[in-house]
Amino acid sequence: MLRIENLSAWYGEAQVLRDAGLHVDPGEVVTLVGRNGAGKSTLLRCVMGLHPGWRGSVELDGTALGNLSADRRARRGLGWVPDDRGSYATLTVTENLTLPPTVGPDPWSLERVYEAFPALYQRRNSAATTLSGGEQQMLALARVLRMGARVLLCDEPTEGLAPLLVQQVGDLLREAKRHGVTVLLVEQNLRFATSVADRHYLLAEGRVTAAMENSEVRSRERELLSYLGI
Amino acid sequence: MTAFLQSTFNGLVSGAFYALLALGLAVIFGMLRVVNFAHGAFYMLGAFGAYVLLAEAGVPFWVALAVVPLALALLGMALERAFIHRLTRLDPLYNFLLTFGLTLILQDLVKLRYGVQSSPYEVPAGLRGSVDFGLFDFPTYRVFILGFAVAVCVGVWWALARTRVGMVVRAATERPELTRALGINVGRWITPVFGFGIALAGLAGVLAAPMRAVNPLMGADLIIVVFAVVVIGGLGSIFGSVAAGFGIGMVQAWAEAYLSAFPIVAQTIVFIVMAAVLLWRPAGLFGRAEAPA
Repeated sequence: MLRIENLSAWYGEAQVLRDAGLHVDPGEVVTLVGRNGAGKSTLLRCVMGLHPGWRGSVELDGTALGNLSADRRARRGLGWVPDDRGSYATLTVTENLTLPPTVGPDPWSLERVYEAFPALYQRRNSAATTLSGGEQQMLALARVLRMGARVLLCDEPTEGLAPLLVQQVGDLLREAKRHGVTVLLVEQNLRFATSVADRHYLLAEGRVTAAMENSEVRSRERELLSYLGI
Repeated sequence: MTAFLQSTFNGLVSGAFYALLALGLAVIFGMLRVVNFAHGAFYMLGAFGAYVLLAEAGVPFWVALAVVPLALALLGMALERAFIHRLTRLDPLYNFLLTFGLTLILQDLVKLRYGVQSSPYEVPAGLRGSVDFGLFDFPTYRVFILGFAVAVCVGVWWALARTRVGMVVRAATERPELTRALGINVGRWITPVFGFGIALAGLAGVLAAPMRAVNPLMGADLIIVVFAVVVIGGLGSIFGSVAAGFGIGMVQAWAEAYLSAFPIVAQTIVFIVMAAVLLWRPAGLFGRAEAPA
């Protein structure tokens, strides 16, 4: 479904990604694990078409995305959940949800979103940035599901969240997966990653250095932790 | 009391011009991340457009009020397509060079044709005389300007707050990159929004023609204060630019009325306020630190 090959990226002179490659099959949840600065967020930005200095190949459903703009990539079914949650201060919660066009065959309705997240319904007319961190995270995830995105690119959705909210994010991703949504997840919370993912890629110094099935995590935990610098 | 009310009213009228100009600058900056130094030149072109239409073709004020902003919007859109859009991802210095260069070209073109002398423009027939407010009389045309500018600002607010296009503009103004990543073709809106911002400058220019001296440098004199207004309101903040426009207009008028013993303070009050606001809130009264995406 999503295939990345020989992806390199730069910030000015500094190379952040070095021939990175990975693939995510339909309906899979795959995590990208690595230390801060390993290039995880940059990889997601390259896939989304938001990073200007890059080289390599990104394919969605067998079609190279090439220099396709970010909005066109979104319309092909990519849904970006940025690490800062991407809430608009000048838009209400409802406007945040209804801003994007629907791009996939199975978009969540506004009613379904509010049914799943009563807290968002209660604050539907408030500016999105007045929500708590956890509510903003739910809003960001709900927004791409409402778009009907087929592939979610989630950048550390559990960062800074209380354990109960981390669990809610996990439940939401599992439900999305049940409905056939594919997820590429950047995550440093190994416990969370193993609770939702089918496979993991390890990224170090801009390279994908290892891949493992979720079932292998227990036996290779030390290797994983070393990639995270723990 | 009468003097205070009169200076407040005068301040609101000056503020109406600041608000219209700052609103255009804020919308353009928000969407394009371009500080349009040529905005004052378009204001001047608005006034000259009304003057030329009347002097050379007998076109009345009311027609000019509709036609000139539209014509300037088209000119602005053409300039955006030809030049401004090339500034994307370039050093902001190029933004300054290009728009400042445009200002000089537009000013000099007008100077070549009409000289540097101020040209008179009569107050339209229906708006002459004054309105009796009980405690004081106030020129009818100034009352009209205030009402018209407030109506335009409310109309723009309504369009931004209540329409789908307004929602997209607000989103793209606040976080252009994120908005693109959510499937919205922000680029499609850039040229019309630039044209709209220029139309507001042109509208302010037409309104100014009967009240202020129409000359090639009228925009250059005003735009410095308008930039201070935009900074005080918060760069890119649509509400902030309007609120700061009216606020600064009043502060200036009060300073002129009550600080006449300290002319230096009265003349520089806008910049004193700007410095104080920036020390207190570096992003301006209604601005926010730049979002990352």
